[in-house]
Amino acid sequence: MSAPIRKPSTDVQKDASMAKQKAMIDSNFDRLGNVKNSGEKVSYTFVPGNLNELVMCFDMVGNYPEINAIQNGLRKTSGGMIMEAEKWGHSEDVCTYVKADIGMMRKGNIGPTGQPIPEPDILMLSYTGCYTFLKWFELLRHDYKCETAMLHVPYTGDGVITKSMIDYVVKQLKEEVIPKYEKVSGVKFDIDRLRQNLAYSAQAEDDFVWVLESAKNKPSPIDAYFGGIYYIGPIFTAFRGTDLAVDYYKTLRTEIEERIRKGQGPITPEGEMKNEKYRIVTEGPPNYTSMREFWKMFYDEGAVVVASTYTKVGGTYDFGFRHDPSRPLESLAEYCLNCYTNRNLPERTRMLESYINNYEADGLLINSIKSCNSFAAGELMMMREVEKRTGKPAAFVETDLVDPRYFSAANVKNRLESYFQMIDQKRRAGV
Amino acid sequence: MKCFIGIDLGSTTTKAVVMNEEREIIGRGITNSRSNYDTASAVAKQEAMIDTRFTLLRNNLDGNEKLRNNQDVFLNDLERNFRREQFVEQLDDLQTTCLRNAEGDRFDDVRSTLTEVLAGVFDKLRHESLALYAKGATRKSDFFRDIAGGRFLTLSEETSREAGINYDFALNVYDKSIIEVENRPPAGNLEKKFLDGLRHLTEESPELGITFEDVQDPVTRALAVELEETFVVGTGYGRVRLPFPKEHIRSEILCHGLGAHMMYPRTRTVLDIGGQDTKSIQVDRNGVVDNFQMNDRCAAGCGRYLGYIADEMNMGLHELGPIAMKSTKAVKINSTCTVFAGAELRDRLALGEKREDILAGLHRSIILRAMSIIARSGGISDQFTFTGGVAKNEAAVKALRELVKENYGDVTINIDPDSIYTGALGGSEFARRAVMEA
Repeated sequence: MSAPIRKPSTDVQKDASMAKQKAMIDSNFDRLGNVKNSGEKVSYTFVPGNLNELVMCFDMVGNYPEINAIQNGLRKTSGGMIMEAEKWGHSEDVCTYVKADIGMMRKGNIGPTGQPIPEPDILMLSYTGCYTFLKWFELLRHDYKCETAMLHVPYTGDGVITKSMIDYVVKQLKEEVIPKYEKVSGVKFDIDRLRQNLAYSAQAEDDFVWVLESAKNKPSPIDAYFGGIYYIGPIFTAFRGTDLAVDYYKTLRTEIEERIRKGQGPITPEGEMKNEKYRIVTEGPPNYTSMREFWKMFYDEGAVVVASTYTKVGGTYDFGFRHDPSRPLESLAEYCLNCYTNRNLPERTRMLESYINNYEADGLLINSIKSCNSFAAGELMMMREVEKRTGKPAAFVETDLVDPRYFSAANVKNRLESYFQMIDQKRRAGV
Repeated sequence: MKCFIGIDLGSTTTKAVVMNEEREIIGRGITNSRSNYDTASAVAKQEAMIDTRFTLLRNNLDGNEKLRNNQDVFLNDLERNFRREQFVEQLDDLQTTCLRNAEGDRFDDVRSTLTEVLAGVFDKLRHESLALYAKGATRKSDFFRDIAGGRFLTLSEETSREAGINYDFALNVYDKSIIEVENRPPAGNLEKKFLDGLRHLTEESPELGITFEDVQDPVTRALAVELEETFVVGTGYGRVRLPFPKEHIRSEILCHGLGAHMMYPRTRTVLDIGGQDTKSIQVDRNGVVDNFQMNDRCAAGCGRYLGYIADEMNMGLHELGPIAMKSTKAVKINSTCTVFAGAELRDRLALGEKREDILAGLHRSIILRAMSIIARSGGISDQFTFTGGVAKNEAAVKALRELVKENYGDVTINIDPDSIYTGALGGSEFARRAVMEA
């Protein structure tokens, strides 16, 4: 319906917090690009199970392969990297984050901002539900032959976090992770430093949750999926546990408070969303290579995402978890156990159900990722269950993370339009 | 009179349905989608409006004493004669266009001969049109390009050879001209074509015992009714190209769901297999869509799959089903990829498998893909309505019946002979509601 698929205009509307966020993310790439001069040691890790507060205790700089893949996807350079990885024998169905990372490495390891990505001194493998993480760092370890710390976080298959699970993770932190970091960095672990970092985390998390929950307003002042991806940037990566993150979320919160006061909708690249017609909950990661085009499909229809599970992969803070300086290691363990990727299907379903109800959403949209079985397995079952429990319509689209070959704009647009019209039809029928 | 029109722009064909205020279908039209959706939409709409005139005429002829019980025969004969008039009009247009396209420098040396060749070919085509549209004659397609194209190529090859010029000249002007003609909806006077057709009919069918004057009045009255395009709703993949504002455009999911509900009000699950996509739609008792799933990422298992197989086997699309029905054991085709299925087909032929058994296997394979999409949308609830171009294929229907029974037990399966119009029908009802229930 509406306009044909057109290339978005080149004028992108951004708000102040987005510029601040970009500067922060870029600054970490600057830091990574400068390790030859600074002499800083480098730690690679993933977003879910990211132990940034701990890593900072050893004066190390963090590199996040997933973030590199995402940034390369947004900059439309991931396609070439993926094909490079395929040339090296990685098959078409492998996670495209992995292939973008391996491809980037094979092409000289120049990061998204054009600066070199240094080799790791340590690979911090926090296993939080995604089996691919293991294989990914196995590949990197093979190439870099560096120290690897493995933190095995038990999967919450029964939907509960028990004391023994926490103890098990804490034991590994004490006996495996911290000693290895001390060895690689040459810095002695200081628990008070960790406590300070955790205190910063908790402050930022309070404001972050406030931001996410601002979507309960009507109209929602934020888009919790496309916009949410910018909001999670600092807290899911190198800035959680810093005063910079505290400052960023305060700025963001002030900005959103102002928007609520003025009754404004989210700022999108096409401009402010003026007419909120649909309130949607999303499950699954977005597509990064055509993210603006994808977002525009929502913007054109007046669809706002009011809650998303993807913005919980690096922590489910809106369900009450906070980093706690008084229980530093236990708190890190709980954080890892709580990540969305580590949750079982009934818990994920419950989360979606609560979002639909608490955010007064019109329905659920699942963006199923071709190369991410970790996310995609069970999504249809979850969808049916959420439909049944909430009575709200759901729809299913399929794209990929950072492989541009798997974003078929006409198909996605067709399904989205059908979905929004289906919601309309149900409203008119009083269903 | 008020006309509510639904237009469904498909990847292969474009369909239009006209509905009146009483929610009755009064006209249907179909054309090939070409690469030009604007024209396809205009032609399909024009065809549906012509069909509407026939409906009006049918009403005018109710109780006509002269026709007695021959009303249906008369109307079918009139439509056939009208179609011939339309065909000849397009032939004239094609000839004029060919001659204009033969004016370029490259034809300087052969122009006079080429003009003669073209004149000869078109004379023959006009002459053949009598047999083509004779009583009881069947045509392989209703579309001008399909009917005229094949014969033009055969005749111009023969005539060029006889005239001593290279066949490529005729071929070249034809290729340029057919696209122009196809993208130009027939523009001739409608009333003249009706009346010329009627005159021809009365001459060719004296057994009906009617004269031109006997039915001239009801025909003229049917043509005189002003058909107001009250509201048009567009759907299908090309809908973004329709020159309508946004509120005139609906997704084909909604249109197919509603269209199927209108055909069979107890429908709960709809399967539509079109040219490029397969849709499974769950609707409630009011035809409101509850859920839907479509083919993922590729068009394997869609109508185009059969088109590709027909091309591979050098057969017409409509021949596939009847041949597959002769099968005694379906060969298992594993590939879900359209192109790989072609390779598998050649492999099976090489292994000595029978053509009909392979085709039966291919039909089963397309339906297996559809079954997976149905399952993803929530399975089949009674009643189940099958729509789209593939619903006309008897072998596909047979495979569907077997697999539905196997997986869901006894379910009422509805297949309407006009199921290809389901999306357009839903669109026309949306158009009617937009005005009458606003």
